[in-house]
Amino acid sequence: MDIKLKIWRQPGPDQAGFFEDHRVEADPHMSFLEMLDVLNEQLLVAGKDPVAFDHDCREGICGACSMVIDGHPHGPRAGTTTCQLHMREYHDGAEITIEPWRASAFPIIKDLVVDRSAFDRIQQAGGYVSVGTGSAPDANTIPIGKRELDEAFDYAACIGCGACVAACPNASSMLFVASKVAHLSLLPQGKVERKHRARKLVAAMDAEGFGSCTNHGECSASCPKSISVDAIALLNREFIRAGLARD
Amino acid sequence: MDLDAKIPSGSLKDKWDKARFELKLVNPSNKRDHKLIIVGSGLAGASAAASLAELGYDIECFCFQDSPRRAHSIAAQGGINAAKNYQNDGDSVYRLFYDTIKGGDYRSREANVYRLAQVSVNIIDQCVAQGVPFAREYGGALANRSFGGAQVSRTFYARGQTGQQLLLGAYSALNRQIDRGKIKMHPRTEMLDLVVVDGHARGIITRDLVTGEIRRFAADAVLLATGGYANVFCLSTNAKTCNVTATYRAYKRGAGFANPCFTQIHPTCIPVSGDYQSKLTLMSESLRNDGRVWVPRNKADIGKPAKSIPEEDRYYYLEERYPSFGNLVPRDVASRAAKKVCDAGYSISKSGEAVYLDFAEAIGRDGQKAIADRYGNLFEMYERITGDNPYQTPMRIYPAAHYTMGGLWVDYNLMSSIPGLHVLGEANFSDHGANRLGASALMQGLADGYFVIPYTIGHYIATQYQGELSTEHPAFARAEAEVRERQRKLLDIGAKSTKAGAERKSVDYFHRKLGKIMWEHCGMARSASGLEQALAKIPDLREQFWRQAYVPGGADELNPWLEKAGRVADFLEFAEIMCHDALYRDESCGGHFREEHQTEEGEAVRNDEDFAHGAVWEYQGVGIKPKLHTEHLEFENVKLTTRSYK
Ligand SMILES: Cc1cc2nc3c(=O)[nH]c(=O)nc-3n(C[C@H](O)[C@H](O)[C@H](O)COP(=O)(O)OP(=O)(O)OC[C@H]3O[C@@H](n4cnc5c(N)ncnc54)[C@H](O)[C@@H]3O)c2cc1C
Ligand code: FES
Repeated sequence: MDIKLKIWRQPGPDQAGFFEDHRVEADPHMSFLEMLDVLNEQLLVAGKDPVAFDHDCREGICGACSMVIDGHPHGPRAGTTTCQLHMREYHDGAEITIEPWRASAFPIIKDLVVDRSAFDRIQQAGGYVSVGTGSAPDANTIPIGKRELDEAFDYAACIGCGACVAACPNASSMLFVASKVAHLSLLPQGKVERKHRARKLVAAMDAEGFGSCTNHGECSASCPKSISVDAIALLNREFIRAGLARD
Repeated sequence: MDLDAKIPSGSLKDKWDKARFELKLVNPSNKRDHKLIIVGSGLAGASAAASLAELGYDIECFCFQDSPRRAHSIAAQGGINAAKNYQNDGDSVYRLFYDTIKGGDYRSREANVYRLAQVSVNIIDQCVAQGVPFAREYGGALANRSFGGAQVSRTFYARGQTGQQLLLGAYSALNRQIDRGKIKMHPRTEMLDLVVVDGHARGIITRDLVTGEIRRFAADAVLLATGGYANVFCLSTNAKTCNVTATYRAYKRGAGFANPCFTQIHPTCIPVSGDYQSKLTLMSESLRNDGRVWVPRNKADIGKPAKSIPEEDRYYYLEERYPSFGNLVPRDVASRAAKKVCDAGYSISKSGEAVYLDFAEAIGRDGQKAIADRYGNLFEMYERITGDNPYQTPMRIYPAAHYTMGGLWVDYNLMSSIPGLHVLGEANFSDHGANRLGASALMQGLADGYFVIPYTIGHYIATQYQGELSTEHPAFARAEAEVRERQRKLLDIGAKSTKAGAERKSVDYFHRKLGKIMWEHCGMARSASGLEQALAKIPDLREQFWRQAYVPGGADELNPWLEKAGRVADFLEFAEIMCHDALYRDESCGGHFREEHQTEEGEAVRNDEDFAHGAVWEYQGVGIKPKLHTEHLEFENVKLTTRSYK
C-alpha cells in the first residue's frame, strides 16, 4: 500500500519545527512503527536524516512510544498504543499526519521524542508505599477481595506514556496522577499514607506546570489502557479527605 | 582467572544462613561514605538500588530508557515462582530447588539455586507490601497457577502483566529513595565502558543520550544489572534496545563470560510475517495450560482451514511424545519439537515456521468467558498483531529467541572475576543452567536485588575497599579516550564510505544479517560444521560493517542511530564468543542442542563426565579465540539423571 506521511521534524529543543512530506510503500501486516522503520531505512540510504521517535517494547507495555497520529494520541484505535497499531487499519493511498506529544511540561527533544521526566518526578514525590526491603509481613496476612483488587489493578495498569496529557486541551496530567493515587489508596497496603500521598502528588503535578483538569474526559478516551475518568473523581475525594480543598 | 565460587561449607539448607553470618558488615554510619554505581534499573537494578539505599549506601543509578519504569522487565507476562505452598499441593523450598536444577539440565550451582528457592518466599511478601496486585481468590487469598514444566501451582501472577506490576513496585521503592536523596538516578544515560583500577572495578564512562556528553563516574563498587543479550539474534522477544554492551565491555576489561551459548528459545511466539519484522511477540507460556499444540498429520491437509481438519488427522505432537507433561513440557523441549515437525515439512504456514496453538477444546469445556478471564489480554494482543481472532481460529505460533542464561560469571556473592564488579539479574549466569524454567527470571532478578546483594556487597566493602579515587586517575582518562575514539570511528564509516562511492548500508542491515547467521547456526539446533561456518561468516560481516555501516547525525545530540551502531558493533564481536562456546560444548543440554548428541527420538544427550561445568571465557582480543576456564559443578544433593518428560 502507498502511504503519504506528513511528519513533524525538529532538529533540537530550541530549534523551529516544521512538517515534512514522505511516501512509503507499506504492507498491511506491518505495525505502524515498522512502517516508520521502512521510512527511516529509505531516508538513511538516501543520506538524509531519519526521524527520531521513542519506542522499546513494541508490545504496548513500556509506554515509550508516543505519537499524535492524525490528531489522536496513539492513533485512531481505542485502547491501543502506537506500537500496537497496524497498517491494516489504513487504506491504500492514506495520508497520515504524525506529531509529537504537545505540552509545555513535555518539551520536545528531537522530532517526535519528548522529555517526560516530569512524570518520574511526580511519582518520586510520593507514588509509593513506604515499606523497606525485609520488613513485609507474610503476603497472605491481609486478605484483599477480588473486586477491590480488580479495581485497583485497572488503575495500576497505567503505562506512563503521557497520552492523557497530549489529549487534554489543558495539558493536564490529572489522569496519570489519579491512577497512581487510586491504585494505592484502594489497597489496604496503601491506605496508611493516602492523605499524604494525594497531597504530595498533586503539589508535584502543579509544580511541573501541567494544566488543570476541567473535565473534558479526552484523557480517558485516548488512554491506551482505557483507564477510567473515575480515577479523577476518586483523587478529588482523596484530596478532600486529605483536608485541603483545591482552589 | 580466579573462579573460586566461594560456596559456603555445610549442608545445603544452612549455607545461606552461614554465609550471612560470616559475611562482614559495614558499620551503618559508614555506609553513606560508600558510593555504589548501579547500571540498570530493571527488576534487578531497581530492587538493588532501593534496598542498598535503604541500608544507607550512596547510590548512582543509570539506565538508557527515558525512565526506569520502561526497563525491559516491564514486558514479562506470565508470573513469578515462589515456594509458598499456599496451594498445599506438595511444594517446598526443596522442590522448587530441585525443579530448577533439573529444569536447567544440571548445569547450575546447587548452592545458588537453593538460596534462590529460599528467598523466593520473601519476594512475594515484599511485592505485596508495595502494592503489587497479584491475582487473588474470591476469599481474598493469593491465587497461583502452574507454569511450564512444574507440577505444582507455585506461580504468582498479575493478569498477563506480572513484570509490569513487579517493576512498578520496584520503581516505587526506587522513587522513594530518590525522593529521600539517597539515589541519584541518571535516565537516558548509557554506560560505554568499565573503569578498572589496580584490578578493581572503580567506575564507568557514560554517554548522556540527549546531549551526547561523555562523563566519568567513580565509585567503591560497580553493579551491572543490564539484562540479557537475546537481541544478538536481531529478532527476539526482547525490547528493541536490549543489548550486550555493558557486560561485553566488562568482559573486554577482564571479567569472565560464562556459558554465552546458553540461550532460551521460547516456544510460543507469533511467527515472522515479513522482512520488515522488527521484533517477535511472545504469547505467554501460560497459554499452554489450556492450549493444545498441533500440526496436520497429513501433508495434504496443509493450507486447509484448521476447523476442517478432523480430530484424528491432527498430530498433537507434544501430547503424543510426552504423555505425562503433554503441552507443558519445558521450553527447550517444546521449541525443539516444533522445529522438528516444521523441518519435516508439517509447518502450517508458507514460511515453514508455524504450528497451531488451539483453544477450541478449553473453550468448549470451560466456556469462552472463563478463557477470556484467563487470557483475555493475550488474545486481544494476538488479534491486534495478526488480525485473527483466537477464539475462532487457533493461534499460529513458532519459537523465538527469548532469554539468555549465559552471562558474566559471578561467585556465590554475585561478584564477577573482577573484584568489585557485581552482576545481577539476567546479566549474570548463575542460576538457570542450560535452560530457564518459566516464571523464574523475575524471581532471580528480584532475589539478587532485594535479598542477596544487600548482604554480599557489604562484605566486599568491609574487606576489600580500595580507598578514595578521583576520576582524574589515568585509568579514567584512558577509558574515556577509547570511548571517544570508537564513537568517532562509528560516525566516520558513513562519511568515508560515501566518499568512496559505496552504497550506504544501515546498521539494521548488519544486525539482521548477524541475526540470520546466529539463528541458523547457533539457534535451536547447532552442529560443529554449522558453528564453524558461523565463525567464518561473522568476522567478514564485522569487517563489512566497519567499512559500510552508515551512521547519520552527530555525537553531541540525541542520536538513536549512533547508539544502535555501538550496540550492534558489540554484538558483532560477541556473537563469535557464543559460537566458540557452543562449539566447545560438545554435548546437548537444556537449550543447547548439538545435533551430534541426540537419542534416536531426538532427545538431548548430556555428557556429564566432560561437561558438568561452567565454561568461562577470557578476552584475548577482537577476533581471537578467547581463553577457556572452567568451574566444575559439584552435585552433592541431586542425582544427575536424564531429564524425562515422557
Ligand atoms: C516478553 C517477555 C516475557 C517474559 N515473561 C517472563 C515471566 O513471565 N516470568 C519470568 O520470570 N521472566 C519473564 N521474562 C524474562 C524476564 O522478564 C527478564 O529476564 C528480566 O525481567 C530481566 O530483568 P533485569 O533486571 O535483569 O534486566 P532488564 O529488565 O532488561 O533491565 C536492564 C536494565 O539495564 C539498563 N541497561 C542495560 N545496558 C545499559 C547500559 N549500557 N547503560 C545503562 N543502562 C543499561 C536498561 O536501561 C535497564 O534499566 C520475560 C521476558 C520477555 C522478553
Ligand atoms: S513501544 Fe512500548 S508501549 Fe509502545
